[in-house]
Amino acid sequence: MKNWLSPKSMTGIALIAIALLVLPHVVGMGGQAWVRILNFAILYVFLALGLNIVVGFAGLLDLGYIAFYAVGAYTWALLASPHFGLHFPVWAILPIGALMACVFGVLLGSPTLKLRGDYLAIVTLGFGEIIRIFLNNLNSPVNITNGPQGITLIDPVKVGDFSFAGTSQIFGLTMTGPEKYYYLLVALALLVIVINVRLQHSRIGRAWQAIREDEIAAKAVGINTRNIKLLAFAMGASFGGIAGGIFSAMQGFVSPESFSLIESIMVLAMVVLGGMGHIPGVILGAVLLTFLPEALRYAVTPVQMALFGKILVDPESLRMLVFGLALVLVMRFKPAGLWPSPERSRELGDKSAEAVK
Amino acid sequence: MSEILLQANQVAKHFGGVKALRDVSLSIRRGEIYGLIGPNGAGKTTFFNCMTGLYIPDGGGFTFDGVALQADAPHRAAELGIARTFQNIRLFGNMTALENVMVGRHVRTKAGVFGAMFLNRATRDEEAAIRQRAIDLLHYVDIADRADDLAKNLSYGDQRRLEIARALATEPKLLCLDEPAAGMNATETEELRLLIEGISKDGTTVLLIEHDVKLVMGLCDRVAVLDYGALVIEDVPAVVQKDQRVIEAYLGA
Repeated sequence: MKNWLSPKSMTGIALIAIALLVLPHVVGMGGQAWVRILNFAILYVFLALGLNIVVGFAGLLDLGYIAFYAVGAYTWALLASPHFGLHFPVWAILPIGALMACVFGVLLGSPTLKLRGDYLAIVTLGFGEIIRIFLNNLNSPVNITNGPQGITLIDPVKVGDFSFAGTSQIFGLTMTGPEKYYYLLVALALLVIVINVRLQHSRIGRAWQAIREDEIAAKAVGINTRNIKLLAFAMGASFGGIAGGIFSAMQGFVSPESFSLIESIMVLAMVVLGGMGHIPGVILGAVLLTFLPEALRYAVTPVQMALFGKILVDPESLRMLVFGLALVLVMRFKPAGLWPSPERSRELGDKSAEAVK
Repeated sequence: MSEILLQANQVAKHFGGVKALRDVSLSIRRGEIYGLIGPNGAGKTTFFNCMTGLYIPDGGGFTFDGVALQADAPHRAAELGIARTFQNIRLFGNMTALENVMVGRHVRTKAGVFGAMFLNRATRDEEAAIRQRAIDLLHYVDIADRADDLAKNLSYGDQRRLEIARALATEPKLLCLDEPAAGMNATETEELRLLIEGISKDGTTVLLIEHDVKLVMGLCDRVAVLDYGALVIEDVPAVVQKDQRVIEAYLGA
């Protein structure tokens, strides 16, 4: 156990707190778009941490994770928009969204309990697509999701009279909408991180790890693997649901195309690239993989202009190319992820140490 | 409380055409060390797996401590008080030795997700108790100095001991050891014998599957012999050793 009150860790915490406080204003100098990207990075931290419970802790490969994000997003969209004329308050919708996602987590989990590895991946992948296709087609005969057009004019997060959308004055400071969302997201993210760390080092967390390591041995020591696996799905899904709700409120608009397979793969890539099962690594993975493509988007055109004087390759395709290459390189030279847990790096340590030389 | 802890009633199991167990009935008494021997493929491990719920028997069943054991529910067996080790060691390789034993406490503790999230007093106390008990058990099997090493990095003998510690963490009434002395040298086997004797003295009934006949005959109060899935004899070692069928099937020839 770390001593949180030692001067050294207190300074560390203070520095991180200050950095988190001023970050949106520093990033915002490059335009509000960057603050939005920052907010997305934090949303992805949510998602990656949620998926990390399923993939990293319990070792269940889930390729349809974005479905829970979609469930959370649509729950918010339907309960707080003119679409049905409902305008629930935030303290009601977020738990409902989490609960809905949780229910879907169990729905997905229960028939797939006996599957492992590749087989589980295929089924979860199918599940993710089913949810997206449902959202796309549930506009007739009864219009529930408004189909591919999506749902617009979704309420922002509101606490009392205070809205997180639009610019407002707080203590004499002018704060833009994205900046306010940033602080909300950071607060929620810290909460999620604390919950994750506590779960990992709990009786339940150990049971998840045990199942990941050896399911038969886990059964033999009395772990009810069915329930504990379902719990992993449910917990992971709930985090996804909460992230989805905030996403919906922040954007004011949702449509099925936000929840495509590539998003699931992206979140999984964050977990694997950062360091499966290691919370700081997963956070790093999420932040990097959100910023890297965006940074490349801005860099690709100027760099080509400077080098060749004209644009040779379409920025969008080159961006994904460079991104893919980066992924391959990381997996080649750091197979346990960029910031793996001490145990994982010991496990794969010899290989990556040699590769670095 | 009856004297019989575990009663197997005509347990049968077949894999396709292979009859791994043919109506095996035997009873294990409270407090004894019970040996189960037989040549390779005699059905010893199959018997184990049926008993601990990993396999569903095709016939018959088990009564443990007065309760009928439910097939296909290994965690229920552990809950009732049957703990086991595996012939080919099955530890949680990438967890430390201490964590392995702590997982063993799972079935006797109850902190849930909300306890973990809010970390209330009860949860913290329970967690401390789990850790303390795990440390004690590592001392008990004499590998406390390896507590923070990953299970897979332990030596073979220590892994065997760790598996026993993890099984003991579930507070079993019946501890089932599946060939614990396999691959051990004479010294290690002797240490193992002392450990098993100690466990038995501390009040846990032990079921021992073993190839090492000398170990079984020296250690066990009663011995059962399986051959081709059928029970040959169940008696004290002195009688079993002299039985003609046993000698033919297993010891001699």
